[in-house]
Amino acid sequence: MAAALNRALADALDADERVLVFGEDVGPLGGVFRVTDGLAARFGERRVFDTPLAESGIVGTAIGMALNGMRPVVEMQFDAFAYPAFEQITSHLAKMRNRTRGAVELPVVVRIPYGGGIGGVEHHCDSSEAYYTHTPGLRVVTPGTPDDAYALLRDAVECPDPVIFLEPKRHYWTRGDVPLGRSSLGMDRALVRRPGRDVTLIAYGSMVSTALETAEAAAEEGWDVEVVDLRSLTPFDDATVTESVRRTGRAVVVHEASGFGGYGAEVAARLTERCFHHLHAPILRVTGFDVPYPPPMLEEHHLPSVDRVLDAVARLQWDDEVVRSGVGA
Amino acid sequence: MSSPEQWTRPEPDAGPAATAARPTAEQVIAGLRATDEGGADLVQLLTPEGERVQHPDFDIDVTAEELRGLYRDMVLVRRVDREANALQRKGQLGIWVPLLGQEAAQIGAGRAMRPTDMAFPSYREHGIAWCRGIPPTDLLGIFRGTDHGTWDPLEKRFHPYTIVIGNQVLNAAGYAMGQKFDGAVGDDDGEATICFFGDGATSQGDVHEGFVWGAVYDAPLVFFCQNNQWAISEPTERQSRLPLYQRARGYGFPGIRVDGNDVLATLAVTRWALDECRNGNGPVLIEAFTYRMDAHTTSDDPTRYRLSDELEMWKLKDPIERVKVHLVKQQWADAAYFEGVEAEADVLAAELRDFCVAMPEPPAQRIFSGVYAEASPVLDAQRDEFLDYVSGFAGGEH
Ligand SMILES: Cc1ncc(C[n+]2csc(CCOP(=O)(O)OP(=O)(O)O)c2C)c(N)n1
Ligand SMILES: [Mg+2]
Repeated sequence: MAAALNRALADALDADERVLVFGEDVGPLGGVFRVTDGLAARFGERRVFDTPLAESGIVGTAIGMALNGMRPVVEMQFDAFAYPAFEQITSHLAKMRNRTRGAVELPVVVRIPYGGGIGGVEHHCDSSEAYYTHTPGLRVVTPGTPDDAYALLRDAVECPDPVIFLEPKRHYWTRGDVPLGRSSLGMDRALVRRPGRDVTLIAYGSMVSTALETAEAAAEEGWDVEVVDLRSLTPFDDATVTESVRRTGRAVVVHEASGFGGYGAEVAARLTERCFHHLHAPILRVTGFDVPYPPPMLEEHHLPSVDRVLDAVARLQWDDEVVRSGVGA
Repeated sequence: MSSPEQWTRPEPDAGPAATAARPTAEQVIAGLRATDEGGADLVQLLTPEGERVQHPDFDIDVTAEELRGLYRDMVLVRRVDREANALQRKGQLGIWVPLLGQEAAQIGAGRAMRPTDMAFPSYREHGIAWCRGIPPTDLLGIFRGTDHGTWDPLEKRFHPYTIVIGNQVLNAAGYAMGQKFDGAVGDDDGEATICFFGDGATSQGDVHEGFVWGAVYDAPLVFFCQNNQWAISEPTERQSRLPLYQRARGYGFPGIRVDGNDVLATLAVTRWALDECRNGNGPVLIEAFTYRMDAHTTSDDPTRYRLSDELEMWKLKDPIERVKVHLVKQQWADAAYFEGVEAEADVLAAELRDFCVAMPEPPAQRIFSGVYAEASPVLDAQRDEFLDYVSGFAGGEH
């Protein structure tokens, strides 16, 4: 996936000379995950450059450059290190269009490697999507596969709105075929990754692969599982997801972030509002627990696993028995 | 003092940046700049050749025993560092953050502290931890991945390692303000706080705010910046046009650049700075001019961004060698003494190794502890469900 993102950045830099890439260690080093590998050498120090070590500075200056007609694509080195930039993102990047009655647009992409599963130490494993999805004016997208990483990033760079681009870091090393043409799907649509009749698993980013593996395992137990990859968290693709859940009548939302006040709560609420009379069971969530992200040796317990998702599927009142209020449910 | 031109960045359009194989002119210059002598303002008491030199403002009398102690400290923490690095290579630690090359900066500063002083580290301060009486085995939890932190910060007067760059500077400012509000400052028995951060950190807003707070409240706070010339792959020029110690002037307190590879000078300057603070004349900024001799962490590959010549240059300024040479020249230590320290280092390393491989896996339910002061019904229910689920799993239900 890292290579797909690298290629997307290179193609975006090639396609539009207003595109700039900057952040900490993105130049000669090529980023700590090598997503910007070789870009400084190819496009020069004016278009791909290292910045001083200050995230609010990175986003704040990106806003200024965008005001001046440029299209900055900036990198936050890790999820939790974007927090020093939170004020720039939420109060300025997100609101400029609204504050200027649409006169000013800020086509800035903030790339953030997010999530755990790589044995990272403190502050290197956060899933911070809910902070951004709760902020009107931002678009929030996250690829679940290498091909989508390419397509979504190309779309994000061309988007007239600011985009928070969450990269599931545990999939940087995941391999897959990446068509380099531009997909017609666009940035805002969810994708049915696997069709099924009995239950809809709703996932995004790092959890798409977990959902697909769960679907395989569930098939052995006789459940035909549909997997929807949201891709875009904001805006939410009501049409695709609602259609799926009305059809299957059961749904489980999966994410790494803590459940309480998490993105899954929004998904479950929307679906309940729209699909209530089609549901055979409450919509369940399988999420990280409501605790600070644990140290590496304990993260496997915190992260939704195939077993935990399967367990939730099993609790969807298949025999009309009362649903247990379960882990993360 | 370095000339202003030396600190002016080359034209941004000078050309494409380096690839891994071939550094650009800009990188070579940056590297050479890093290897300069630190300028005329550099405080030094022991030259790289082990020659004792005088300084008009900072001097210190050390006995043979004290200098041997500083030597021993540095050898032992280097050995701990190398052993931990090796343990990471063997898969026993998830990651390690090497301190190699920064022993004098840390032992000098660490030994300048009094037990009542408070220290706020970043994440590379294994030498300070040593001086605070934290057993090296206590450092392993974070890096093996069993814990976020192991020592009691208030008992040890050593804050937890802080990974988020610069944050601890503000926390330290607040702590120091508290010392002042408590009346613990004002004479030679006063308390002081010392806060450690890197050259890269000096760009963070939190650090600038820490300077402002420290200054306007006259906080008893020593800002101790280890300028090891690199912030991962970025040379110090990417953070500042001016030598870092000179920034202090703009905030209204003294800034001193000390040879961070000279344990005596670092001890002298830090002791002076802490004494200024405890007497009510804080804050003070110290820039310890040193060099990160190893990778940023065990995950990093410095061959992608810096020249090995630079390392060779800095090896000539090794912090431990110069003390050894001086001890020998003064006849303050003999071969038996050096062998004794080596043997002690061997034992320490073996203990670290044995402890590391025997570390138990932490219990799963620990993730639910230490979140709130009082039990949270929501969290307790989550934990119970989780344990229930895990036990069902163990019983082969799934
Ligand atoms: C807020 C924040 N941004 C980015 C990082 C990632 N990061 C870790 S260490 C580092 C470089 C720090 O350099 P410096 O302050 O010079 O300290 P050194 O590592 O050289 O001791 C960076 C960018 C971080 N830990 N925190
Ligand atoms: Mg540094």
